[in-house]
Amino acid sequence: MDRSDVLFLYRQMLLIRRFEEKSAEMYALAKIGGFLHLYIGEEAIAVGAIAALRPDDYAISAYRDHGHCLARGSDPGQVMAELFGKATGLCQGKGGSMHLVDAPRRFMGGYAIVGGHIPLATGLAFATKYQKLDLVTVCFFGEGALPSGQAHEALNLAALWKLPVIFVCENNRYGMGTPAERAIALYADVAGTARSYGISAKRVDGMDVLAVRDAMHRVVEQARVGQGPFFIEAMTYRFMGHSMSDPAHGHYRTKEEVEEHRKRDPLHLLKQTILSANLGTEADFRQLEREVGEVVTAAVRFADESPFPAPSELYNDVLAE
Amino acid sequence: MLMSYREALNQAMREEMRRDSRIFLIGEEVGYYQGAFKVSKGFVEEFGPQRVVDTPITEAGFTGLAIGAAMAGLHPIVELMTMNFALVALDQIVNNAAKIRYMSGGQLSVPLVIRGPGSAAHQLAAQHSQSLDAWFCHVPGLKVIAPATPHDAKGLLKSAIRDNNPVIFIEAQLLYGTKGDVEDGEYTIPLGVAEVKRTGRDATIVAYSKMLLLALEAAEQLSREGIEVEVIDPRTLKPLDLPTIVASVKKTGRLVIVEEGWRFCGLGAQIAESVYAAAFDYLDAPIQRVTGEDVPMPYSRPLEDAAIPDKARVIDAVRSVCGTR
Repeated sequence: MDRSDVLFLYRQMLLIRRFEEKSAEMYALAKIGGFLHLYIGEEAIAVGAIAALRPDDYAISAYRDHGHCLARGSDPGQVMAELFGKATGLCQGKGGSMHLVDAPRRFMGGYAIVGGHIPLATGLAFATKYQKLDLVTVCFFGEGALPSGQAHEALNLAALWKLPVIFVCENNRYGMGTPAERAIALYADVAGTARSYGISAKRVDGMDVLAVRDAMHRVVEQARVGQGPFFIEAMTYRFMGHSMSDPAHGHYRTKEEVEEHRKRDPLHLLKQTILSANLGTEADFRQLEREVGEVVTAAVRFADESPFPAPSELYNDVLAE
Repeated sequence: MLMSYREALNQAMREEMRRDSRIFLIGEEVGYYQGAFKVSKGFVEEFGPQRVVDTPITEAGFTGLAIGAAMAGLHPIVELMTMNFALVALDQIVNNAAKIRYMSGGQLSVPLVIRGPGSAAHQLAAQHSQSLDAWFCHVPGLKVIAPATPHDAKGLLKSAIRDNNPVIFIEAQLLYGTKGDVEDGEYTIPLGVAEVKRTGRDATIVAYSKMLLLALEAAEQLSREGIEVEVIDPRTLKPLDLPTIVASVKKTGRLVIVEEGWRFCGLGAQIAESVYAAAFDYLDAPIQRVTGEDVPMPYSRPLEDAAIPDKARVIDAVRSVCGTR
């Protein structure tokens, strides 16, 4: 463990946490519309997994995508502006929360039809193999996507053609309000689905960013030399509701259950690790809070002050030239 | 040079794949089987299995894979064994291929051709005999092509492959064996340009794909009765070359639209609306549509015949708009 490494990971997770909290506030103020799915509680997966990538590797995600986009290094101001529907947003306000794309950072998008982006990930990996590039593709999705036909088709194709793709299943235990045991026949071993296609699969503690990063490092380097695909099931928990219209607890899970999982807050876990290894001090954490707070405040200011797209934008980019 | 529709498609893809290594063909049985309808005959031998990719029977999976590959800079040609199977991949086509460019604010493109035979053949029954042309045309972000002749098939397929958008390229099983003159050497036909296939002064027929052949036969017979019909093939269904159609209607004052697809919300309804808006004052009779019947395609031969437009119905419609029925 290296001091600058672990503080960087903490800072990335903190950025996502504070960004998401601010997004919830902005939603309440109606600055953000539509659906908003927060990543609070799951930060260690995006941050740990993406820390194992090179800048030119591909990442692709589902609709709970702010965390992956920020972890990939996207400008928080442009991300917030996209949530506000502003012209300066990553996608000029045309995608919104569920469809963030940052092509220069190889973040190939958030997709909002459950399971539908998993075949795209195999295609990105197919392309890099076809082009004889030593790149990998990481595909994030929830365990709720795994029973879908498109997920199964993609797993089969990836295994059949030995594609350099790493499937990262964020198992937060609920597909919206339906627990895994009521949705997935083999809910106790979700990774077994991948194994049934001959894909090497491993379960990791998705609350432990170092565990996620280390597990990813191993498979990324193997996938890079043609040993893929791989599947990682990261066990996690969503601290907030499914979306802004869903309370954190109530109908389908109890307050006690949520509180129990909050004890393993990924930020808290990493902070304890850093402090006990003497790699950082309380002063370091205060400093990070200040820095991240300023970044998020500046992001909101940028989004607020940015213009909405001109009406003439409506027809742009329906088709390419 | 005289060649079949099938050979013209083969030549178009072969020339393009020789020109650009980013292009690959993917689909069920495209490789060692040589294509379910032998359109990719000889491809795996020439280009190898890396570029002529046989897939399992998973249209959603491999169409999605092709879209992802296109996002990363390749130019896939997806062969659907028949267009009916596009329904299994419709989420990928509509939600991903068609929308990724727009949703990303122009950051990503999906240069992709999805091709295969649509419409009815002979007694393939309901699940294998349908024209989904209007479905695709309804979706912003897609281009849709349905060529009728070998010459058009070759030139348009080459343009489709070079286009930077997702293009749905609709062939027809009953056209594969038809022959026609194809220009020698390298040529392309621009997308979105209709062609006047026969000139005439009395009425205009708009027809595409197999229905063009029907329209030309009808025009031939009507000509012997002294009715001179102008026949226009839009060739590209979207974007539609409305000016060519409107110019013809302004000349003839009468329009019949022939399509094999279901009548309700069919492509002809859209063409009629556009023509009414652009040339209402020039029309001497209400526009007539000849369409497939609004039923699932029956298997039995006489019932199938009754469900699909035939020459007699086209002739009847022309006589009707000309007031000679």
